[in-house]
Amino acid sequence: MTATLTHLDVLEAEAIHIFREVAAELERPVLLFSGGKDSVVLLRLAEKAFRPGPFPFPVMHVDTGHNFPEVVAFRDRRIAELGERLIIASVQDSIDVGRVREETGPRASRNRLQTITLLDAIAEHRFDAAFGGARRDEERARAKERIFSFRDDFGQWDPKAQRPEVWSLYNGRVRPGEHVRVFPISNWTELDVWQYIAAEDLELPPMYFAHEREVFARDGMLYAVSPWVERLPGEEPFTASVRYRTVGDMTCTGAVASDAVTLPKVVAEIAATRVTERGETRADDRVSEAAMEDRKREGYF
Amino acid sequence: MGAATTAGAPLRPAALASDLLRLATAGSVDDGKSTLIGRLLYDSRAILSDQLALLAAASRRRGGDGALDLALLTDGLRAEREQGITIDVAYRSFATPRRRFVIADTPGHVHYTRNMVTGASLADLALVLLDARRGVVEQSRRHAFIASLLRIPHLVVAVNKMDLVAYSEAAFAGIVDEFTQWAGDLAFASVTFVPLSALEGDNVVATSGRMPWYGGPALLPHLESVELELDEGSAARFPVQWVIRAGGDYRGYAGRLAGGTLARGDDVVVLPGERSTRVAAIETFAGAIERAAAPMSVTLRLADELDVSRGDLLCRPDEAPRVVRDLEAEVCWMADGPLAPGSRYLIKHTTRQARVLVGAVHDRVDVHTLERERDPGSLALNDIGRVGLRVTKPLALDRYAENRTTGSFILIDETTNETVGAGMVA
Ligand SMILES: Nc1nc2c(ncn2[C@@H]2O[C@H](COP(=O)(O)OP(=O)(O)O)[C@@H](O)[C@H]2O)c(=O)[nH]1
Repeated sequence: MTATLTHLDVLEAEAIHIFREVAAELERPVLLFSGGKDSVVLLRLAEKAFRPGPFPFPVMHVDTGHNFPEVVAFRDRRIAELGERLIIASVQDSIDVGRVREETGPRASRNRLQTITLLDAIAEHRFDAAFGGARRDEERARAKERIFSFRDDFGQWDPKAQRPEVWSLYNGRVRPGEHVRVFPISNWTELDVWQYIAAEDLELPPMYFAHEREVFARDGMLYAVSPWVERLPGEEPFTASVRYRTVGDMTCTGAVASDAVTLPKVVAEIAATRVTERGETRADDRVSEAAMEDRKREGYF
Repeated sequence: MGAATTAGAPLRPAALASDLLRLATAGSVDDGKSTLIGRLLYDSRAILSDQLALLAAASRRRGGDGALDLALLTDGLRAEREQGITIDVAYRSFATPRRRFVIADTPGHVHYTRNMVTGASLADLALVLLDARRGVVEQSRRHAFIASLLRIPHLVVAVNKMDLVAYSEAAFAGIVDEFTQWAGDLAFASVTFVPLSALEGDNVVATSGRMPWYGGPALLPHLESVELELDEGSAARFPVQWVIRAGGDYRGYAGRLAGGTLARGDDVVVLPGERSTRVAAIETFAGAIERAAAPMSVTLRLADELDVSRGDLLCRPDEAPRVVRDLEAEVCWMADGPLAPGSRYLIKHTTRQARVLVGAVHDRVDVHTLERERDPGSLALNDIGRVGLRVTKPLALDRYAENRTTGSFILIDETTNETVGAGMVA
């Protein structure tokens, strides 16, 4: 019989290698987990890198308080099954202690506030490396970001002062207060992620599959009706069969109309789609052409 | 992935082929590199409609004639959009039914060496673009030289803007001749010339009727069919990355094969120190496997209890690399200050770190003539030259020509933590 290494095998081997390099070379890494499909893939890759041993780092969720309840339930169950340690960094706490001020109005979102909560948590726990699930195909600024992305002591990314990254020899050296963001699935595409989820039979939060939900239309996207989003006049709720392509805060993550109730059907829909996930369902990236770059410079995921 | 391809069924190394091709592109400013990449992405439908809408809007703002300016797709950062030039390596993916591609696009004008080494160090294929009207210029030679120095196996010379030379066979043939004469001794497994027009799409995805004299494939079909070098012939190399300890006395040595294959039962030695043992098991998350090949990440169990740790290298006893403290290497220098004899740096080689003392700088490649200048005293930013280094701990080294992983290293400045040099063992 013939066996070949597919592109997913090669991408997987690269990601596992990255996980182990960070564990070996940095003192206090953390894995950022959003409950979304990319972080579900990261968890599996971490299992592949470190089992039968424990993860040499905790898992951290930056909880906006406006997350989909299904995601929070999924998060708690999945991390418990893995037997790993979960840290929750709460945006509500940041608001309560006055570190950030809540936005108001119909387009209010806690998305941007997450950055402060994230950076505070990194400082508090003295993390020197944070794994994230960002991919270079998501957005043009990300296409230029290294796998090991250096952050100064304000958590900022400077796209003009990136370290050269040659062969698979990563330089994660940081001073106290600085950290690196590490993106093991940088070279994956959205379709790769879905194909991997299918091949590995990974469980996802239920909203990734078509389901009936009360939604309203805004800016060409469908938003869930929730206590955290004020509707504008004329934004009438209705019920539709939808699924999500990304999961973030309920205030800025939209759904797409879909009948794909199983993984193969979702993969087929993604393979045929002509819109990127961030363009289709993320209000946060639609604000300006440079929206992602600006947020990354401030220290966003 | 584990379950699908390796569990139970032993991998047959002879059948190993990856369908991921890493591609590095290089060209002088305005040769049409952004347009070409934009067209590859566009024609392979890697560009989705919201990106197209952004592109259409940006094309209009630039005051074009309404046609999509595909080059704008690849300008990622605000500073780049403002200056209209690219400043850093950009990575893009696209797939055809036959192959998945990762393009590292390296901008040509500032920090050329630094950018190209970053983008091209892992590449399987280098695509050097030139303008049919200008032919082979100094920069094209420099790009091809760096690609060959990095031992990228395949080179494609894309002769662009054929529409501006009336699709002339003679113009193309002249360029092929000139390049071939010059590149005679560069080390590529294959060199392919493709006449094309990125703007018009001739010979990019499909063969163009406007150049019936060209008998070869269009660019994309060539990229889809280039044979990737298989690693099965090379010596097995397994740098230990991480020791997995779990319940009881479980000890697994985790790492990624940097060359060749290893099978359960193989005799191996652990370097440095030449301790002998045997591969008792090869494990993955999906279960034990009989054999692993580069570039798989696996966990090895050894038959004997040895003190093995990160930085050690496992290989077959009769194929061991040199274990040395003195080495000679081609170094690409990437820092603002010079590389000079007597300075000290950190060296990172596979999973091993040590300190190095810079000895003599033997020569320096003049990037204009590509001639080697003897005893230049030091290397400056973006210089490449032959350097002697003395390491505080022994390293298990292959020549870079034999193994791009165990033959390469980086130098780090301990005071700034910057990566300042990329080295290839001579
Ligand atoms: N006539 C013609 N013009 C081209 C071709 N490819 C690119 N150009 C033009 O050459 C200019 C520079 O192209 P661009 O892709 O930005 O070059 P880069 O600097 O190498 O990325 C632009 O005005 C393009 O429209 C081609 O095949 N034929």
